[in-house]
Amino acid sequence: MEIIKINIDNQQVQVPKGTTILKAAEIAGIEIPNLCFHKRLNPNSVCRVCVVEVKGESSLVSSCSYTIEKELTIYTDNERVKTARKLVLELIMSTHPNDCLLCENNGSCKLQDYAYQYEVEVFKFTRERPKYNIDKSNPFIIRDYNKCILCGRCVSICHQEQCSDIINYTHRGFDTKVSTYFDRGLEESSCAFCGQCVSVCPTGALSEKVAKGKARSWELKKVNTICPYCGCGCSIDLNVKDNQVIKVTSPENESINNGNLCVKGRFGFDFINHPERLKSPLLKDKNGNFKEISWHEAITTIASKLREIKDNYGSNAIAGLSSAKCTNEENYVFQKFMRAAIGTNNIDHCARL
Amino acid sequence: MTNSISEIKDADCILVTGSNTTEAHPIIALEIKKAVKKGAKLIVIDPRRIELSKIAILHLQQIPGTDVAWLNGMMRVIIEENLHDKNFINNHCEDFELLKEAVYEQSLEDIEKITGINSSDIKEAAILFAKADKSTILYSMGITQHTTGTDNVLSIANLAMLTGNIGKESTGVNPLRGQNNVQGACDMGALPNVFPGYQKVTDHDLRNKFEEAWNVSLSNKVGLTVTEMMKEAATSSLRALYIMGENPMLSDPDINHVEESLKSLEFLIVQDIFLTETAKLAHIVLPGVSFAEKDGTFTNTERRVQRVRKAINPLGYSLPDWKIIRNISNALGYPMRYNSSYDIMEEIRYLIPSYAGITYERIDNFGLQWPCKNIDDPGTKFLHKDKFVRGKGKFHSVKYIPAQEAPDEKYPFIFTTGRMLYHYHTGSMSRKAKGLDEICPQGYVEISLEDSQELNISEGGEVKISSRRGQISTMVKINQGLRKGVVFMPFHFVECAANTLTNPALDPKSKIPELKVAAVNIEKF
Ligand code: SF4
Ligand code: SF4
Ligand code: SF4
Repeated sequence: MEIIKINIDNQQVQVPKGTTILKAAEIAGIEIPNLCFHKRLNPNSVCRVCVVEVKGESSLVSSCSYTIEKELTIYTDNERVKTARKLVLELIMSTHPNDCLLCENNGSCKLQDYAYQYEVEVFKFTRERPKYNIDKSNPFIIRDYNKCILCGRCVSICHQEQCSDIINYTHRGFDTKVSTYFDRGLEESSCAFCGQCVSVCPTGALSEKVAKGKARSWELKKVNTICPYCGCGCSIDLNVKDNQVIKVTSPENESINNGNLCVKGRFGFDFINHPERLKSPLLKDKNGNFKEISWHEAITTIASKLREIKDNYGSNAIAGLSSAKCTNEENYVFQKFMRAAIGTNNIDHCARL
Repeated sequence: MTNSISEIKDADCILVTGSNTTEAHPIIALEIKKAVKKGAKLIVIDPRRIELSKIAILHLQQIPGTDVAWLNGMMRVIIEENLHDKNFINNHCEDFELLKEAVYEQSLEDIEKITGINSSDIKEAAILFAKADKSTILYSMGITQHTTGTDNVLSIANLAMLTGNIGKESTGVNPLRGQNNVQGACDMGALPNVFPGYQKVTDHDLRNKFEEAWNVSLSNKVGLTVTEMMKEAATSSLRALYIMGENPMLSDPDINHVEESLKSLEFLIVQDIFLTETAKLAHIVLPGVSFAEKDGTFTNTERRVQRVRKAINPLGYSLPDWKIIRNISNALGYPMRYNSSYDIMEEIRYLIPSYAGITYERIDNFGLQWPCKNIDDPGTKFLHKDKFVRGKGKFHSVKYIPAQEAPDEKYPFIFTTGRMLYHYHTGSMSRKAKGLDEICPQGYVEISLEDSQELNISEGGEVKISSRRGQISTMVKINQGLRKGVVFMPFHFVECAANTLTNPALDPKSKIPELKVAAVNIEKF
């Protein structure tokens, strides 16, 4: 592997030949703003926000796709670059609805962050784009294409990671839009509702229906854990506010799923805070109705009943069914309880079912 | 799985059987699709046309319950074509002659009759599989839930060994485990014949080890499996049952019998997060917590032990399951002193050699795959590297035995069950997730186009399905790619519980019930 020396914002860095400028900057600890690039996807080079100046090149280049083949001097943040970037952002904002106040993505939106950082004049240009109806027809994803900046990340991830082609660009020019075949709802396509597209959308164009209106992004605490829905064991982040799980997002850490999830893992969590959750021990009375009892009563009732059965009929008259949904620790303690406290190997779970 | 999920995308040939991967293991399906994009040859062997069949080079539709026959057919072709891996067989395996004898017992013509697959297709699949450099087999409950489940699995292992596809990257025998922690529950000894770490209860020395660690004398008698428990409960030799987080009233075969059994118990304790169909039958119900309210670990299908973290506090008076069990144990006079799941993991590491190197600190960022024998062990990506764990890979002589129930005049259809994308197991979680229940609110039965025409039923129509064990009614979905004579039903729905119809006959070795083959009748409602 050939190593090339480059000068980036007056820093000397050595990178393997073929590295993109964006990556090289990251190695140097410099963050180049970008909207359409995503590290899990091939570069789209459409947003032009990541432009930088390469000494000797007449025009600015997209750092996400420009690869370093020889020694270069690069400026990622000089006046020329900043002016160009600001202009690009102002053009994007000229067709943007500007309702950040009500947007689900407020506070976690790259467009908003850059607009702030570059002090863009939001109303500098006025351009007309068609008004789109907000699509709320499927149970999982709200699609508001008025906020779409046509970065193409959703199209790429559906194709590259999900290996589906549910959505693509349609029409041209100002009418360009991301849509399904014949612009039908996702529920009428073969969309698997994996939500990969939502996870990479840099704006509020795609958002999770369940979370709508429930929390501002800065109120959410993310807790990394494992999806409970199948043996794949995908890594998920539970987004929590006030002891409620508001939504699930894909974490950035190393995992078997690399940020991908399926519909159950991403959208199937609202059983957690469901009103029908059991909240107290229950004892069935003579008429067959359950009544709430204290833990103390529950534990003493169980202990005396189990002791009675064990004394009268022996340990093997008692059995336990453990659970493939519970943790290792719980399964361990459960089987130990059956074997050591009860004295039987009558312990199983539904591995076979 | 002998191998890892991330290895699938580099395989040259992938054989998927008895697994509707895109629906039951969607993230693993993505790896399969990526492999196919890179040029891997995908062979699907399944009675139903599934999404993966669309990108498969071959889709063979066997009659349910005939897996040993087509597997033997493939192996016969491989040996006849001289495509078996002689080096691997000589150096690493034993009893090849036994295998040879078994696979030569039936001719390809016989196999075609048994399986309903053209012999030329079996031949093509065999050659593709054997000629590829790295071939891997992925399977799931479609292979195991038969009275011949153990035979099916041994046969799959035979095929992998015959072609030298084991102990190398991107190969292997890879069962995709259904529930999130079924691997872990087995590893932890939630099984009637083994202590944690598959250490036999009948082995004197191993039992001694646990007796010393737990400070108690232990039984050497193998216990009852779920299905056996139900039988013994019905005859009152079993008096009390403690069920944690399971719902046999939907998941077990022959639900009417399960209900009868649970009702005859003197004492039934059910610990769950909802008042499930099973909990309703309990004398006492204990509120456990969901995965979001507790710390611990799950072990995924590739043996990776991963951290589960508490995100919210337990709702109401609910408690993590380990705390409930600890408290009951203390009340019964067998003291347990754990203060956290961490304490439990430390004990697990001490008693299960293959978990010895797995600590919460080490798996904080990303889980480790067992065997992981000490603190410096990086874990094991694939098993049987260089040498089989047991020394030599043993070929088994496996012969085709028909399923227990065959279609007849009264019950002319073969009924098979499985999972679907939007729901999970008995639906106690997924059916309470609003979006999932909205997009798929009810159960259904899939029948072939030909059968639907013969029965004069259209899409969405209601039918009554009956077997020797019970009857249910449900809605019809026509699946154009289904074999004539075979009907499929997901088992997640209580309103039309597929397991009312299934056959509780067990595999003699693994004790797995034959959920994939039952004879039923279908009538228009
Ligand atoms: S949800 Fe998944 S399948 Fe559907 S459009 Fe988005 S990425 Fe594609
Ligand atoms: S919907 Fe989002 S991800 Fe897709 S093109 Fe528009 S802004 Fe980009
Ligand atoms: S996200 Fe989907 S594939 Fe991943 S563990 Fe959960 S259910 Fe399985």
